[in-house]
Amino acid sequence: MKSQRTLIIGLWLLALVVGALLLARARFSADMSAFLPAAPSAEQQILVDQLKDGTVSRLMLVGIEGSSGEARAALSQGLASRLRARAEFAAVSNGEAGSFERERALLFGSRYLLSPAVTPARFSEAGLNAAIGDSIAALALPSGAWLKTLLPADPSGETLQLFEVLASQESASLNEGVWASRDGKRALLMVYTRAAGSDTDAQEAAIGLLRDDFGATRASLAGRYPALAESRLLLSGPGVFGVEARERIRDEAMRFSLLGTLIIVGLLWAVYRSARALLLGLVPVASGALAGVVAVSLGFGVVHGITLGFGITLIGEAVDYSIYLFIQSGSAGAAGDGEWRRRFWPTVRLGVMTSVCGFAALLFSGFPGLAQLGLYSIAGLVVAAGVTRFVLPLLLPSGFAVRDLSTLGERLESVVLRPLRRLRLLVPLLALSALAILLWNHENLWNRDLAALSPVPAQQQALDAALRADLGAPDVRYLAVLGGPDREAVLRQAERLTPRLDGLVAQGLLAGYESPSRYLPSRATQEARRASLPDAATLRARLQAALVGLPIQPARLEPFVAAVDAARRAPLLTPASYKGTSLALLLDGLLIDRPGQSLALLPLRAPQSGIDAAALDKALAGQPVRLVDLKTASNRLYAAYLDEALELVAWGMLAIVLLLALVLRSPARLLRVLLPLLAAGLVVVAGHVLAGVALSLLHLVGLLLLVAIGSNYALFFVGSERTPSLLLSLLVANATALAGFGLLAFSSVPVLAALGGTAGPGALLALLFSVMLDRHEPA
Amino acid sequence: MLTKLRFLAVLLLLPLVGQAAEFDLNQLLVQLAQTRSARATFTEKQYIGLIDKPLESSGELAYAAPGRLEKRTLQPKAEALLLDGGTLTVERGNRRHVLKLQDYPEAAAFIDSIRATLAGDRRALETAYRTELDGRFERWTLQLTPLSNKMLAKVSRVRINGARTDLRQIEIVQTDGDRSVMSIDKAAQ
Repeated sequence: MKSQRTLIIGLWLLALVVGALLLARARFSADMSAFLPAAPSAEQQILVDQLKDGTVSRLMLVGIEGSSGEARAALSQGLASRLRARAEFAAVSNGEAGSFERERALLFGSRYLLSPAVTPARFSEAGLNAAIGDSIAALALPSGAWLKTLLPADPSGETLQLFEVLASQESASLNEGVWASRDGKRALLMVYTRAAGSDTDAQEAAIGLLRDDFGATRASLAGRYPALAESRLLLSGPGVFGVEARERIRDEAMRFSLLGTLIIVGLLWAVYRSARALLLGLVPVASGALAGVVAVSLGFGVVHGITLGFGITLIGEAVDYSIYLFIQSGSAGAAGDGEWRRRFWPTVRLGVMTSVCGFAALLFSGFPGLAQLGLYSIAGLVVAAGVTRFVLPLLLPSGFAVRDLSTLGERLESVVLRPLRRLRLLVPLLALSALAILLWNHENLWNRDLAALSPVPAQQQALDAALRADLGAPDVRYLAVLGGPDREAVLRQAERLTPRLDGLVAQGLLAGYESPSRYLPSRATQEARRASLPDAATLRARLQAALVGLPIQPARLEPFVAAVDAARRAPLLTPASYKGTSLALLLDGLLIDRPGQSLALLPLRAPQSGIDAAALDKALAGQPVRLVDLKTASNRLYAAYLDEALELVAWGMLAIVLLLALVLRSPARLLRVLLPLLAAGLVVVAGHVLAGVALSLLHLVGLLLLVAIGSNYALFFVGSERTPSLLLSLLVANATALAGFGLLAFSSVPVLAALGGTAGPGALLALLFSVMLDRHEPA
Repeated sequence: MLTKLRFLAVLLLLPLVGQAAEFDLNQLLVQLAQTRSARATFTEKQYIGLIDKPLESSGELAYAAPGRLEKRTLQPKAEALLLDGGTLTVERGNRRHVLKLQDYPEAAAFIDSIRATLAGDRRALETAYRTELDGRFERWTLQLTPLSNKMLAKVSRVRINGARTDLRQIEIVQTDGDRSVMSIDKAAQ
C-alpha cells in the first residue's frame, strides 16, 4: 500500500517535471491566425496567406497630427530618412520629391519594354510621324511643359504612355512637400515592413523602432519647431492590429486570470480557513493547466496565446473537483480514505466524461483556435480529475479535513433548497419563453460577419479607414484573380484581360485597377516589343522621312536613336529588376509565384457608387478570371465554419446525451439532468438576443462549456448519494465558475467576452435550475 | 457758393490730374481689383528651341475674383487648367488631376502672376516678384521678375501688357530661352 502510494506520487511528480520541461520548449504564437479559419481550397489558402504574409499585410499607415503643417512636414521627412536607413523597413514613402527617383528612372529606362504602344507599326515611318507629331502637339498644352526635356530621348512619347497607366493610381495630396490628409491636418507616410504582417514579434519590434525614431526626430527638431511637443503619432495597418490585439488579449487574459484566481483563492480561503487545504485544493487545477498546455504544444506544435487565455476556463471547472472532494468528504477526515471515492467519484467521473464528449467535438473543427481549445480542455479536465481522484487523497495528511461545514450545509438546505424547489414550474416556463424568443428571432440569431471576432476596436478600424482613404492606399476588397501553372501563363492572361478592364473603366463600372503586367509584361510581350525596335541605321533613315512636315530636325533626336539601340540589347524585365525599389513590393502583392502554381491578383477599385458585382460578372463572363470579394469571401468562410461548429456542437451534445443515457439507464433521470442544462442554455441565448447581441462562434463554445460545467451539478442532484454539504460544495464550485467566467464577460476582447457572457450566467442558471428540479427528500 | 463749386471741380478733376502725373502700381491694381469676373478667348504661341516653329494653341479664359482662374485650351487638344484658391485641377479627357499649387512652384509662377495681377493683390505680387510698371492707364506694361532662385531657375520674367483694366498679352520667358506669348481677346460680356 505504502509502495503503491510512493509509486503514484512519484509518477505524478515525474509527469510534472516532464510537463515543465515540455512547457519550457513549447512555442507560443499570438498572431491573428486563430481568428482566420484555415482555408479549404489551395487557392483560397493562397489568398489567406496573402492577407497574413503578403505585401498588404506589411503595410503600416503612419499619421502625424498636431503642431503646424511645416513642422509636420519636417518631422515626416526626418522620420522617413531615419526609417529608410533601417533594414527592418523595406520601403518608406511620404510623398517627398525625389523619393521615387529610382522607380522613375527604372521605368523610364525600360519604357520600350513596358509601353503598350510599342509595336512594329509605331516604328515605321508613318507611325513615327504620327507619334512624334502627337508629342509635339502635347508640348503646346499646359500639362506638356515638363515633356520638353523628355522629347529628345523619347519623341514617340512612351513615357507619356506609361504615365497614363501609372497616373490612374490615386495618391495622397501634398502639403508642404509631403503627403497629407485632404484637410491638411495630418502628415502621412506609408511604410512597408520587411517582416510579414503575421510575424507579430517582428511587427512589434518594427513599431517600437518607428516610435523611437519618431521621438528622436521630434527631439532633434524641437529647437526649430517648439510646437512639435504636441504632435502625435498615429499608426495603423494589419501588423499594428496584430500587435495591439496580442497585447490586449495577453493583458486581459492575464488580468482576468489573475483576478479570477484571486477571487477563487479568496473564496476557498473563506470556506476552508486553512492555507494547507487551499494549497492542496489547487494541486489538481495546476496539474491540469500544465497538462493542457503541453498537450496543445505536442498536438499542434504551437500554442496560441488565446488558448492560454482560456486557462481561466479550466480554473473555473477544474477547481471544482477538489472542492467536491474536500467539502463532500465532510469533517470526519474521510477525504483521505476511500469514502468519497466510493460515493461521489462515479458522479464526478461521469461529469468529466460528459465534458470530454462536448470538447471532443471541437477537436474536429477546422478553426485552429477551437481545435486547440478542445484539446486543452480535454487534457486539462482529465488530468485535474485524475489528480483529484488518484493523487490528491495520497497527498493529504492522515485525518485531513476541512473545517466542519455540515451545519452551514444543513442551514443552506433549509433556507435555499426548499423555497427554490417550490419554484420548479419556473424552469419549463422560462425554457419555453426563451425558446419562443429564439424562434421569433431565429433569422438574426447568428452574426455571420467575421468582424464579430475581430479583436480590433471599432475606433481603431475607423482610423485605419480614414488613413487609407487619405493615402489612396490599396483597399483590397475586390480582386480579379487569374491562375496558371507558371508566371508567364498568368502574365499573359493578365495582358489579355487588360483591354476588357479598360472597357469597364470607360463604362464607369470600375474606377480603376492594378495589374502585374503593367510592371512586368509577359516574356512574350516583352520580346515582341523588343523585336519591334529597329536598329540605329534603320531608325535614322526612317526618322529622315518621318520628320518631313514636322517642326523638328532629325539631328535633335539622336538621343532617341541611342535609347532605342540600347533597348534592343537590354535584358528583359524580371521581378529581380525591381529589387530594392518600392515597385518590388507592389509586384509582390500582385503576383504570387509558387512552384507549380502562379496567381495574378488584380485589385479592382470601386467607383463612387460601389462595385456592381453582377454587372462585372456578366462583363467578364467567359474569361478565365475569378472575381473575389475578400470581405464576402472571408465572411463566407467564417459562415462555413460557424455551420461546421454548429454541427460539431450538435454532435457533441448528442454524444453527451448518449453517454448519460447509457450510464443513468433511466429516461426520467436523464431528463432531470438534461432539463436544467437545456433550460439554462435557452435562457442565456434568449438573454443575448434580448440584449441585441448576435451570437458568434465563441458563444457556441460558451454554451458547450455551460453543458460541461452544468452537467456536473445536475448529475449530483440525480445521484443517490447525498450529504448535508452537497449543496454547499456545488455553491462554492459555482461561485468559482462565476468568478472566472463572469469576469471574462467584461473583457473588451470579443472572443473572451462572448465566452464569459455565455458560460458564466449559464453555470449559475444550470445550478439554480438543478436545485429547483431536485426531488431528493432530506432525511 | 462759388467756393463750393470750385471745390467740386477740384474733386472731379483730381483723379485725372493724378493719372496724368504719376500712374503707379497701386493705382493700376486698385482699378484691376474692381473687375469681379471676366471671360476672354486666347491664342498662345510657344517658342521652343527644340522645335523649328512656334506651337500654337487657343482656348478660353475665365476669371472670378479673387482666386478663381480657368484656362481652357481647346486647340490643338482639349485640356483645362482650373485654379481655385491653392488647388490646381488639370482636366484632360475624362481624367482629372488635382494638385496643390504650392508643391509646383514653377506652375505657380505661370498662373499666380496673372491671378494676383487680376485680383489687384499687390502683396502677393511683391512677395514673389520685382515689379516694373511702364506706360499710362490706357496702355501699360507690367514686368515681373521672380525673386526666388528656385523660380528663377525656370522662369526669368513675365511681362503683362494691358489697356485700362483689360489684360491684352502675357509673355513668359523661361530661363532656357524658350518663351510663350499669350494674346487675350476680351469676349463680349
